[in-house]
Amino acid sequence: MMIKCKEASWLISASLDRPLTLAEQVRLSMHLLMCGNCKNFSQQMAQLRAIARQVGNGE
Amino acid sequence: MLTPELIEAERPYLMRYALAQLRDKGAADEAVQETLLAALESATSFSGKSSVRTWLTSILRFKLIDTIRRERKVVLVESFEDEASDDEFADLFFAPDGHWREPVRAWGGPEATLIAREFWDVFERCSQAMPRRTAMAFVLRELQGMEIAEICKALEITATNCSVMLYRARMSLRECFEISWLGGAKA
Ligand SMILES: [Zn+2]
Repeated sequence: MMIKCKEASWLISASLDRPLTLAEQVRLSMHLLMCGNCKNFSQQMAQLRAIARQVGNGE
Repeated sequence: MLTPELIEAERPYLMRYALAQLRDKGAADEAVQETLLAALESATSFSGKSSVRTWLTSILRFKLIDTIRRERKVVLVESFEDEASDDEFADLFFAPDGHWREPVRAWGGPEATLIAREFWDVFERCSQAMPRRTAMAFVLRELQGMEIAEICKALEITATNCSVMLYRARMSLRECFEISWLGGAKA
C-alpha cells in the first residue's frame, strides 16, 4: 500500500519517539525511496533533534 | 507583480492558519485583516524569493504573537480536544492530494550552523504561537530527552496526544526556521 507525504511525515515524527512496526517501516521506506521531499524532511528532523539535544545540554 | 487580488486570494488559507492558533474567531479575523493590510502597504518589499503564501504567513505569525500578548482574553489553545483537527493542521502543510504544498529543501552545513546559533530566538518566537502544552512536550522530549511515558505523566496526556503534539511542534518549528531564513535573506 502506498502512503502519501502526509502519512510519511507522521511516521518520520513517530519514529523519533518509538520503534515503528514492521508494516510502518516497510511503508515508510518505500515512500522514501521515491520522495525527495520526505527524504529531506526526515534529515531535517534528525538535524533538529541533534541540535535541540545539544542546546538542551547547554552546549 | 504582487497585486491586491493575489494577496486577497490567500485570505481563506490565512484564516485557517490563524484559527489553528487562536480560539477566538473575531481575533483570528482581526489578525488576518491586519496581515493583509500590512502586506498591501509593503507589497513593494516582497522579494519574490518565497511564495506569496509563505511571505504572508510569516507576517501573520508575528500578528498572532502580538494578538496573544495584547489580548489577555484570547486564550492560547491548551486542551488538545478543542484544538484544530488533524485535518485542519495537515491542510497547512499538505495539499488535498497528500503531497507537500511547498518543496522541502535539504538543510546543509550552513543551515545546521544557523539553527544551532538561532535556536532559542526562533524557538521562543515559534513556541509562542504553539499551544502551551505542545511547546512543553517539545521541550521535554527534544531538549531534555525525556521518554514519552514520562512526558505523558508530566503533562497528563495520553501517548497518542503526545505524538500528535510532538508532530505539530516539529512541523511548526521546522517551518519557523525556514521562515526566519527567508526573512533574513530578504533583509
Ligand atoms: Zn513524500
